[in-house]
Amino acid sequence: MILARVTGTVVATRKDPHLEGNRILIVDPLDLQGRTSGAPILALDRVDAGEGDEVLVNREGGGARILFGDDGIPVQAVVVAIVDRWQVSQTV
Amino acid sequence: MNLGRVVGNVWAARKLEGFEGAKLMIVQPVDDGLRPKGTPLVAVDTVGAGPGEVVFYVTAREAVIAFKRDLDHLTPCDAAITGIVEQVNGEKL
Repeated sequence: MILARVTGTVVATRKDPHLEGNRILIVDPLDLQGRTSGAPILALDRVDAGEGDEVLVNREGGGARILFGDDGIPVQAVVVAIVDRWQVSQTV
Repeated sequence: MNLGRVVGNVWAARKLEGFEGAKLMIVQPVDDGLRPKGTPLVAVDTVGAGPGEVVFYVTAREAVIAFKRDLDHLTPCDAAITGIVEQVNGEKL
């Protein structure tokens, strides 16, 4: 998973039928200083995340298909948790 | 499997069912000289690793298997720490 911040939402009426009923969020990956990367991706929302929330994003399609119980869903990223707090305590 | 160093923790109360009880760690991938390589990720810890430790981790589908071996109730986890490294290239850490 990666840490990311929700920066917006996407609405699309015409889409793959397997995606019906899912919210699509714009999420921007964070670095260890908490800065957004400026290279956001789209992720389906499964935890009711909102703009400004820091979240964990699963970026692996296999995991996403398990979650939706649908082998035919064309998805690569899903928001799986809303982060309360994170902390870097070591440097490499 | 990939080499990384645990650099921090993540706490999240609101998460998908299946992640309950999961210990979430921030991992910085490193090369064989333990230099940072690439962007950090968040992995579920399955071996009791702590900040500062060098570990190996798996990503993608294999992470789901490492985290929960109950194949009927898999969790959408895409990274799992599966070992704590004591020695690299003959050098003790």
